[in-house]
Amino acid sequence: MRILAFVLSILVSISILGAVQAQGEFYAFETAAQERLYNKLSKELRCPKCQNQSISDSDAPLAEDMRKKVHEMVLAGASYNEVVDFMKARYGDFVHYRPPVNASTIILWVGPLLVALIGMLFIFGLVRGQKKGDVVLTADEEAKLAAALNKHSQKGSN
Amino acid sequence: MIAELGHFALALAFAFSLMLAIVPLVGAYRGHGGYMALARPLTYGMFIFTLISYIALTWAFLVGDFSLIYVANNSSSVLPWYYRITAVWGSHEGSFLLWMLVQAGWAAALALYSTRLPLTFAARVLAVMGIIGVGFYLFMLLTSNPFDRTLSYVMPMIPIDGRDMNPLLQDPGMIIHPPLLYFGYVGLSVAFSFAIAALMGGRLDSAWARWSRPWTLAAWIFLTLGIMVGSWWAYYELGWGGWWFWDPVENASFMPWLIATALIHSLAVTEKRGTFKSWTVLLAISGFSLSLLGTFLVRSGVLVSVHSFAADPKRGLFLLAFLTVVIVASLLLYALRASKVVSHTRYELFSREVMLLGNNILLVTATMVVLLGTLLPLVHQQLGLGSVSIGEPFFNTVFFWLVIPFVVLIGIAPMVRWRRQSMAELIKPLLLALFLAVAVGFALPLVFANHVSGMAVIGLIMAAWITITTVQELRLRIANREHKLPALVKLGRSHWGMVLGHVGFAVVIIGIALVQNYEVERTVRMAPGDTFVQEPYSFTFQSLKHREGSNWISDAAVFEISRNNKVIGTVLSEKRFYTIQRQVQTKTALQVNPLRDLYIAMGEELGDGSWAVRIQIKPFVRWIWFGGVLMAIAGLLSISDKRYRIKRKPLVAAQAKEAKA
Amino acid sequence: MNSKLRLLVFLTPMLLFIGLGGFLLTGLFSDPTELDSALIGKPVPNFELPDLYNPDRTHTQSIIGGKPMLINVWATWCPTCYQEHSFLNELLATKDIYIIGLNYKDDSRAAAMNWLQDLGDPYQINLFDFSGLLALDLGVYGAPETFVVDSKGIIRYRHVGDLNARVWREKVGPVYYSLFDQ
Repeated sequence: MRILAFVLSILVSISILGAVQAQGEFYAFETAAQERLYNKLSKELRCPKCQNQSISDSDAPLAEDMRKKVHEMVLAGASYNEVVDFMKARYGDFVHYRPPVNASTIILWVGPLLVALIGMLFIFGLVRGQKKGDVVLTADEEAKLAAALNKHSQKGSN
Repeated sequence: MIAELGHFALALAFAFSLMLAIVPLVGAYRGHGGYMALARPLTYGMFIFTLISYIALTWAFLVGDFSLIYVANNSSSVLPWYYRITAVWGSHEGSFLLWMLVQAGWAAALALYSTRLPLTFAARVLAVMGIIGVGFYLFMLLTSNPFDRTLSYVMPMIPIDGRDMNPLLQDPGMIIHPPLLYFGYVGLSVAFSFAIAALMGGRLDSAWARWSRPWTLAAWIFLTLGIMVGSWWAYYELGWGGWWFWDPVENASFMPWLIATALIHSLAVTEKRGTFKSWTVLLAISGFSLSLLGTFLVRSGVLVSVHSFAADPKRGLFLLAFLTVVIVASLLLYALRASKVVSHTRYELFSREVMLLGNNILLVTATMVVLLGTLLPLVHQQLGLGSVSIGEPFFNTVFFWLVIPFVVLIGIAPMVRWRRQSMAELIKPLLLALFLAVAVGFALPLVFANHVSGMAVIGLIMAAWITITTVQELRLRIANREHKLPALVKLGRSHWGMVLGHVGFAVVIIGIALVQNYEVERTVRMAPGDTFVQEPYSFTFQSLKHREGSNWISDAAVFEISRNNKVIGTVLSEKRFYTIQRQVQTKTALQVNPLRDLYIAMGEELGDGSWAVRIQIKPFVRWIWFGGVLMAIAGLLSISDKRYRIKRKPLVAAQAKEAKA
Repeated sequence: MNSKLRLLVFLTPMLLFIGLGGFLLTGLFSDPTELDSALIGKPVPNFELPDLYNPDRTHTQSIIGGKPMLINVWATWCPTCYQEHSFLNELLATKDIYIIGLNYKDDSRAAAMNWLQDLGDPYQINLFDFSGLLALDLGVYGAPETFVVDSKGIIRYRHVGDLNARVWREKVGPVYYSLFDQ
């Protein structure tokens, strides 16, 4: 779906942006796809000198240099991956806001997945466990429970 | 002199908090009513002296007492008076004093309303607030005292003028953002105190849930508003048109919000069904723990962020020690007590209980994503694996996948009955809702936009799904009633709160989906006289003016915006230079209507009189904040539900009797 | 579930937090803005840069290698470089160290030459990188920075910030001298 969306958006943006007058462009591009790629990259690349800003958001001279380099590469026909790899080779993984998937970062994806899975297992366990619990309930507890439920249903569910 | 008074008042507030932390607990332990009754006056004392201290600092700012280091660093003689008042929380020390004022304020409000609670319970709750206070007051007095004089070793003499307030913060949005956020952060300490008091007493029941629910809702409302105002402020003040960056400081406020959202749902289950008690308590503890953790992250400098305060390891160490003590102690208490709690209620897999638990698990998973994404860079570096950055591309992808099941549950859960629900009964309305939602999701972009974006379609389907199922749920509620309209009214404010809250979330989704997929961003080179066309709009850079404020000068560009050759507005986009702090600040120009923002920010001057200008068209961006406001109003509706007012007294009386028996 | 196991389950949130607390504690004592270089273990990138004193003379990567050396990134607009500069001159007065100076995006050639004339020139070769080309390839994100390069032209260490007596004694010096033993 995402790929489809991406392709669609590129196709359409070409048709829209194609109509725009090229005059006054600060970063001139030959195609609208190039401009989109440039915008995407300059938002995803991090300025190493700044606090926590992408090169697109920062006014630092280094960010400006990096923007220029990205622009230059995009104009020369570089792909998304080529630009990212170029920057990573110089500034390390730090420079890209999308962390690499490897042994040391896999927990980013596996951790939440585990939480969700354990949570679901927990729910199933809970629902099944209480059915077993039926037998354990004493008569006294049953009475209390019935009274409590009664009280609630009288009050209405809200 | 006034400053010394403020300092002294702060020390007194600390003394009060210390007594509040000890005396009522001793009373509760020994069953001594007099000691327990002291909790209330001690709380008031703590609040009043914090207030005096706060007023003293505000006074120092208003009169410009630059002999105080904090005032000298964050204010100046040319700062307008209203910013002098807000400059009080412009940096670490003062903002922490505001934090303390809010905490003491919550405690005082709690004391005021606690007459309705059993004495032992009220004493414990207030004492826990006192314990939290002890740590924070000590932190202020030892490491972050805003009343320190310049006469000490840091500055040898009194400066003639101050260094001015951070220009980023000289803005109306910043006047309300921190107080709102602090009300939310610290408000979670009330839910926390309720949970700890209940654990101490060994009684986790629906009464506890009912008492703490309105307080939790109140904190959640403030947190929601605080985050929304923060996002809005960053949007127009930082000059790049983003409304969320997944910055550690933003994440620090988002995590407690996620947990608080889970908590208000889980409390509903505990209140109405008396189940999930230990889970609800854990959420209450986690919520405040995360807001403590956030405080630590923001104020210790362990993470790199645009918004963080200046780093000071001494402060970090103190905060870390304090939050470790609080969190470990409460989680230990939790393990010892909650492990003995047993629920007797029964429910099946397809029941409201399980749906809400599912929503909780998704919210906790989301919290986990944010927590890992925020802290992994730190851990990664500690382990000697090098630096990594985790930002928008990661979070957006993961949240996209998380929000889908979440939205499915939002649609279904309100229709499902407690305990047990037959699937067959709901399958028809749900399929209908799904069909309608998909139709709307595809139709809207086809009709209103000039192209169809897959992600936008998915977003619109989700929003439509929530809206349609919400309407269906209301219809189900009144299906068997003869008089439909009175039945709707009789549903109760709490129910309408839920309805509005979910619709508000749908509005947020619409805003995000459309702005992310239909926004246009262009960086152009323009000189006065130039026109840039982005159909159907054209932007004409008419002239460049020079403007001056009391502490800034600016280059202000006048833009005339037309739509289909008809002028719709003239706006001013500024590049301000704050003369004392020597900082450049972008003041963006906005031309706004409910359906889109036109956003113009000045970049760098390029020589030959032309400028780099960033022009953005942001459709539906306002809906994000509007949806947030709807959610906050929904919270207010729920709080004002009559069962928190009228029914409470007899219930408490009954509880008290029960306790005595 | 027996009660001990149950207690253990309920203790997990606390245990998880304690683990996290440990990392936060160590995090307090490190600087999050300090980055590791991505070029450690890699050769110095190819370049072609003019000499600072003589615009007609160009240097290429052939000047790298042959012996352990330092590449020091500096500029006249960088206040820290000023302090570092006097330390480098002191160091060179007593020790024999081979340093290549990389002048990084300076205001002008003249400014850089004046600086070296006034303060002394600790560099064997002076590269003039006006547009920051080599600096970008080296992943430089500020000045001053110092790279330690071995005799095969491989980057072995990078220090961000100024070189001073302590940094030299504890960090950069040991790496540099260890390269002679190989």
